[in-house]
Amino acid sequence: MSSRQRRSFLQLAAAMPAWTAGAGLAGLSSRVWAGPVTDTRFLLVFLRGGYDAMSLLVPASSSFYKETRPNIAVPLASAGQTAGATRLNSPGQTAGATRLNSDWALHPAMDNSLLPLVQTGQARFIPFAGIDDPSRSHFETQDAIELGQQRGASRDFGSGFMNRLAMQLGARNAIAFSSQMPTCLRGQMAVANVSLKAAPPSARGGAAPLQEALKAMYQDTPLQARVAESFEVRSQVAQEMSAMTGEMEAANRGAITAKGFELEARRIARLMRERYALGFVDVGGWDTHINQGAGTGYLASRFEELGTGLAAFAAEIGPATWRKTTVVVVSEFGRTARENGNRGTDHGHGSVYWVLGGGLSAEQGVGPVVGEQVRIEASTLNQNRDLPVLNDYRSVLGGLFARQYGLSAKAIDSIFPGAKPQDLRLL
Amino acid sequence: MDVQTLKPIASQRLPCAPRRKALFGLGSVALLPLLKLAGCSTVGASNSHSLSALPGPNSAPSAEQAAAAYRFVNRLSWGARPVDVQRCLQIGQVAYLREQLQPAAVALPEAVQAQIDRLSIQQPTPAERYAAAEKPRKTSTEEVDLDKRKLEQEAYQREMTRQGQEAMTRAVLRALYSPAQLQEQMVWFWFNHFNVHLFKSQIRLLLADYEEQALRPHALGSFRAMLGAVARSPAMLLYLDNAQNGVGRINENYARELLELHTLGVEGGYTQKDVQELARVLTGHGVNFSPNSPKLKPEWQALYQRDGFYEFNPARHDFGDKLLLGKIIRGRGAAELDEVLDLLAAHPATARFVSRKLAMALLMDEPPAELVEAMSRAFRADAMTTVLQVLASSPLFSAAQSSKFKDPVHYVLSALRSAYPDTLILDTAPVRLWLNTLGQGLYNRPTPDGYPLVASAWNSSGQLAARFDVARAIGGGAANLFKPADGPAPMAARVMPTLMGTVPSASGQGIQSLGLPANPMPALRPATIAALQAAKSTTDRNTLYLAAPEFMFR
Repeated sequence: MSSRQRRSFLQLAAAMPAWTAGAGLAGLSSRVWAGPVTDTRFLLVFLRGGYDAMSLLVPASSSFYKETRPNIAVPLASAGQTAGATRLNSPGQTAGATRLNSDWALHPAMDNSLLPLVQTGQARFIPFAGIDDPSRSHFETQDAIELGQQRGASRDFGSGFMNRLAMQLGARNAIAFSSQMPTCLRGQMAVANVSLKAAPPSARGGAAPLQEALKAMYQDTPLQARVAESFEVRSQVAQEMSAMTGEMEAANRGAITAKGFELEARRIARLMRERYALGFVDVGGWDTHINQGAGTGYLASRFEELGTGLAAFAAEIGPATWRKTTVVVVSEFGRTARENGNRGTDHGHGSVYWVLGGGLSAEQGVGPVVGEQVRIEASTLNQNRDLPVLNDYRSVLGGLFARQYGLSAKAIDSIFPGAKPQDLRLL
Repeated sequence: MDVQTLKPIASQRLPCAPRRKALFGLGSVALLPLLKLAGCSTVGASNSHSLSALPGPNSAPSAEQAAAAYRFVNRLSWGARPVDVQRCLQIGQVAYLREQLQPAAVALPEAVQAQIDRLSIQQPTPAERYAAAEKPRKTSTEEVDLDKRKLEQEAYQREMTRQGQEAMTRAVLRALYSPAQLQEQMVWFWFNHFNVHLFKSQIRLLLADYEEQALRPHALGSFRAMLGAVARSPAMLLYLDNAQNGVGRINENYARELLELHTLGVEGGYTQKDVQELARVLTGHGVNFSPNSPKLKPEWQALYQRDGFYEFNPARHDFGDKLLLGKIIRGRGAAELDEVLDLLAAHPATARFVSRKLAMALLMDEPPAELVEAMSRAFRADAMTTVLQVLASSPLFSAAQSSKFKDPVHYVLSALRSAYPDTLILDTAPVRLWLNTLGQGLYNRPTPDGYPLVASAWNSSGQLAARFDVARAIGGGAANLFKPADGPAPMAARVMPTLMGTVPSASGQGIQSLGLPANPMPALRPATIAALQAAKSTTDRNTLYLAAPEFMFR
């Protein structure tokens, strides 16, 4: 090599970005965890697209509901009718929502999945839930919910509330079950991610044989911890999935019957049972502007798939872990109270959030539907359009986390700055 | 291991400049049947310049110049190849930028153009293609036999998917081989800005024309013209449900995203009322796939408009006056939309929002406010060339500290441009698959916000793992790239990449530059050099090169 070439190289090296000079990030470590530091589990399920909450939790006592949705109101099961029974006899047309109390009924697509959990105190609903963001934009409200920061204050788009929760718990075993890192898990704590929608990659495939060289190349770069983690997670996932597939094949005499979200939910349950304390998964397909259906139809089949998946999650994670597990289902907003010109609904405001778990409180007076509520009429609508938000999700989740983890008010404030935790006695 | 024993990885390459072959003493050309890019048309942005104008060793640029040119070209392109950096050094950054901003005369290499010309999306009119695809579906609705009906429905889906894949193939080939690299990047940027999703309704049949007619002609031109073309494109009208938006049956979806994502930005100062008023303006702008026009009252016939599948149907329009952003829009038909688009395109919030996004895409995740302001001022002239001129003239544009993490599309394309700078791939299927695996499939973002432009969306552990796997696939000479999708069996199983230009010397004190004036990656950290030197095989070395931290940034 000529001296000119050598000089060139040295100068070029000096011109690389600052991090290449050896600056690591103090908050990141390459350590990956063998098991949960806390024995409780929390899974956030985000329904992207703004699901039509009034089709899931039907306002049974509201005549306005039926009037304003002539084609898409979910019918109620007739009095005395047993949930599920009707559908077995004559599926389809007569499917009706089962009453949970005097005000609310549950969509019939949930008869065989979510309803049994509700009836045994393992699932509850929080209507009029959501965020005070008024934009009705999918992206704005999803981001705002996932960031969980104070509205109107300057926001840090690199810090999601679940990452801050992980920080407070010191839980390094948080994971997003998605191919992209969701906003809510972005932040200082290194978080793993893997999509389980399709069969996960094998532990020895691709670049895995080169992992030591790759880790060495990333030494002292900001990506060092993530690179180490990527190989660790891959090997863990491969191990668990192989075990699960084996068990399922044995149970089903060689056939894997679960598919779609149910299979994904079972994989998630398996990994959370063994290794992860905090999890996130998102489910799409809820932006029903056109022809959403009522007791049956497009939205009903989405509900059925979701309910079946969550019930499978509860079963797969096992009774012992399920008792220490909380699952919260959220969506960016509810939809318009009135049906639109296309037998669908448009972007709205207040939604219905769900809380599931094997250890939900059995306290007196905590029914299947909790939180602030109001009768749904034209006069109680938000901007004469959609449902108001009476239960701010930051307050609800703040209260839930305080119960689940015994976190101090100060700790909750660092997760949801400025929020007032609301104790719904869910746990 | 010393310099001499570092075997060139791709002795089979047939470089444009014959003297380079002589210089390296490259071995036999075992894989001749593979298509080489015709001539040296990819070298510069104009065919009038040729490699013979390359400077000799005595006029070699300084290391700083070479590194700056590399970064400059790397930002303007889908990945800097040695010849591109050479070109920039030869004519200077100013002239290089000028060439990139005025690509009208630039032709694709012949072999690439021929491959694109063979695509069916290039041939008949959109109406003919649509009718051909729809045919099995039409018959299926009349078919009594349910099994046959199912088969016909499946044939319809297959044809739609095939046309969507052709659009992807065209995009990949252009991005990899067009000398007009900035234009290609801007087409991608605008598609992402005005995103539509492949899998919604019949958009697969409309995608190719949407990109070609609504976006590409304006990619370096007028934002206002592009906004107008998008607003009358069947793809967008279907995607954001405006085809369903009619008087008395309002659908706000397009109205909202037009304000939030296409023009003003969510902090652009509009209200829910503005969204509703814009939705009224947009009533009647829809899609008509039938060759027939609707029967209209005589007084409406003159107001009816039709262009391909786009139609403005006055019977569906709200003719009342609207109040939008404080301005009264007199109800009169399709022209209301043009008035509103003028208003939005000229709005300062739009200039800021779009300028910032552009700086984020090409320069850095958090562009400095002063630069965005300067770009916003240039935006007023309604010529993207002036905005890009301001951006690319910023010292940051060739500065080291503003490095940007590549998103998956940029990563895959730049890896291919580095690995195969002058070998034409014959099947884009592996590229499409990699991009989907990495979470950034072409035309596959379901939501109208488009793919995120910031590193934090792409650098999680799972995404890095997937990226390393792609590095391994490309580094190992991804054979499938060189098997024609529907042609005869391949002549060669593997085409190993030409990453040799950057293999470090054994002493670890420099790079064996192999006569190139600038290496594709000018600066490798000692840890990377050590890993490359320790690699046990060509495949491993290529993989590590493409997976190195330096290659993740541009």
